[in-house]
Amino acid sequence: MKVTIDNQTLELDKPIPILEAAKKVGIKIPTLCYYEDLPPIGSCGVCVVEIEGLGVKRACVTPVYDGMKIDTHSQEVIKHRKMAVELLLSDHPIDCLTCERSGRCDLQGLADNLGINDLRYPRLKYKEKPIDETSPSLYRDPNKCIRCKRCVQMCDNIQSVEAINVMGRGYETTVTVAYDHGMGNSPCVNCGQCISVCPVGAIYEKRDIDHVWEAINNPDKFVVVQEAPAIRVSLAEEFGLVPGDDVTGKMYTALRMLGFDAIFDTNFAADLTIMEEGTEFLKRVKEGGPFPLITSCSPGWIKFMETFYPDMKNNVSSCKSPQQMFGAMVKTFFARKNNIDPRRIISVSIMPCTAKKFEAARPEMDASGYRDVDYVITTREFIRMINEVGIDFANLAETSADTLMGTYTGAAAIFGATGGVMEAALRTAYEVHTGKTLPKLDFEEVRGMDGVRETTVDVNGLPVHVAVAHGLENARTLLEKVKEYKEKNDGQSPYHFIEVMTCPGGCVGGGGQPYGSTMKRREERARSLYTIDGKLKLRKSHENPAIKKSYEEFLGEPNSKLAHKLLHTHYVRRKY
Amino acid sequence: MYERILRKYEPTADNLLFILHEIQDNEPKQYIPEQGIREVSDYLDLSPSQVYSVITFYSLYSVSPRGKYIVRVCDSPPCHLMGSVSIIDELSEILGIKEGETTENGMFSLEVVSCLGVCGVAPAMMINKELFGNLTPEKVRNIIDKYRQDKQPASQVAE
Repeated sequence: MKVTIDNQTLELDKPIPILEAAKKVGIKIPTLCYYEDLPPIGSCGVCVVEIEGLGVKRACVTPVYDGMKIDTHSQEVIKHRKMAVELLLSDHPIDCLTCERSGRCDLQGLADNLGINDLRYPRLKYKEKPIDETSPSLYRDPNKCIRCKRCVQMCDNIQSVEAINVMGRGYETTVTVAYDHGMGNSPCVNCGQCISVCPVGAIYEKRDIDHVWEAINNPDKFVVVQEAPAIRVSLAEEFGLVPGDDVTGKMYTALRMLGFDAIFDTNFAADLTIMEEGTEFLKRVKEGGPFPLITSCSPGWIKFMETFYPDMKNNVSSCKSPQQMFGAMVKTFFARKNNIDPRRIISVSIMPCTAKKFEAARPEMDASGYRDVDYVITTREFIRMINEVGIDFANLAETSADTLMGTYTGAAAIFGATGGVMEAALRTAYEVHTGKTLPKLDFEEVRGMDGVRETTVDVNGLPVHVAVAHGLENARTLLEKVKEYKEKNDGQSPYHFIEVMTCPGGCVGGGGQPYGSTMKRREERARSLYTIDGKLKLRKSHENPAIKKSYEEFLGEPNSKLAHKLLHTHYVRRKY
Repeated sequence: MYERILRKYEPTADNLLFILHEIQDNEPKQYIPEQGIREVSDYLDLSPSQVYSVITFYSLYSVSPRGKYIVRVCDSPPCHLMGSVSIIDELSEILGIKEGETTENGMFSLEVVSCLGVCGVAPAMMINKELFGNLTPEKVRNIIDKYRQDKQPASQVAE
């Protein structure tokens, strides 16, 4: 079919939406409620175009037809588009300078592009509503909300948590949780994917930067920092470098400049997790179950399981996440080795994740006698700290992490991508179980961005069935499949080992990552993690010399009594 | 708790509105309690947030307890033009409550709603199932006075 857009002819083989067709001739029609990874709903009216003979229509939900003539910027179009934005502004606080999203807000950008420099419509019914601060991870400011429903779609369709929805109607419309008891009292799993898709400052993480600065500036405190695998591939895009590029060395340098006393790496604890979880898995293999064993590093998934699948509690690994394992080791192993009173240690983690704030605050995370992790800041908060100080990140020299808990293998590096934990676990479980060297380290079948992936690995004649899911809707699909199979097959599980990551793409797509985490961007970041893995000499957790040392000098062996006390946890049943 | 009502309906989402009505009509305080939302969502396999969303969309449903008599004043354009604001103000004053509130004795709730479908007699209001048109502040006072003669306390009433 032939379509004309702004006097350019375009040949198409299927009726795609006008929005996409326009992209092909080099026109990016402005949008607001549209998000490329979510189904379009056409609620905001910003992407209007004029179709000859049909008038003004929304480009995101109108498919092209043969002979269609489109004008994307006629006077009529601009009038409509401007009015849509002006009406939104008539019900908006417009406190951009102090807004979390200042400079990164879609609405602000639109108003700027459309040249809106006076407010034509008075605020008729604007009433300030209270900010929801009940969640340990994120805040909701209903005053900023433009009711585009991107967050609702994300929560419902991609995450299948359905914590939030649109309530009320007209001016009173808000996005909130059932019974209006606040996000913290809802099934919300704190994944923060709603933040990733929010075009304005209506949802944002609970800010912990101030606590971190206070600790850094307190001479009595010894501030230790860990950074998740995904951080190092998510900073480049914010500092004018190639998106997804690995900037590990610059990251360490920046942390030193900010004033942290010891710079370690969550990757160390990822290797430790593999030792513990791999051992737990092999024990189940020896004892014949219970299967499947499901990974436990993603705190959003843990709360999801506790809420929607509490009967699977015993299937989930008892291992704490790398963040928490790291925290427990810092206030014991590290403190002892360096003769520092653990009471003086403040343990900070930099995470791509908002649910990590919730995880760190879980009451049981203090087996060492101290909080495993004191403060969690997101990638975005870390970037804010760098910008606040004025560090020229792009031109920093590269340095290394400190040694005791800063050494890692390629297996740890890929934890940040969906499938990474599974691959890392397979590498170690295979070699520890068989005593042989793996012929090929890359488990391609569990890599990639398909929602659910599975494979069977031959471990010394034992076929080990594994599956990987990312995004909680995919996880739900997989778990339902397991449940159904078990019912039909006498409790037999179709899989031995399952990896679940809360966020699409894994941690690289976490809710604390820089704005603009489209699937494409998530993939770029993930690819970079596999490149890091490929370049490292040591690519199996059990070969990490720092890990060997921690077992020799402190923990004893994997799953030892001390390891259980410090590195393992338990789960609860949640009802809302 | 609501099993008796639920079992009358097939567990399909298109029965949601009917079930909600029945739960509300059976509550002495004319609202849908949290437990009701929980049970309906379980029964229909919907999330509580979705059910809550539906309830809050329609002005006839309420998630908070209401009085024995629900006064619903129409504020759609025809009624608005014919003076519904003065009717709302009058009601507010004589009942001592604002829009969306219930009197302390649990007798009256005041609500502002969309079109009641009787634009010919605007401005109009309903008290429970009874309709009143061509309202003036004075007429409103007389109507409320009549309802006030009901001395049976709100809490004892159950339909």
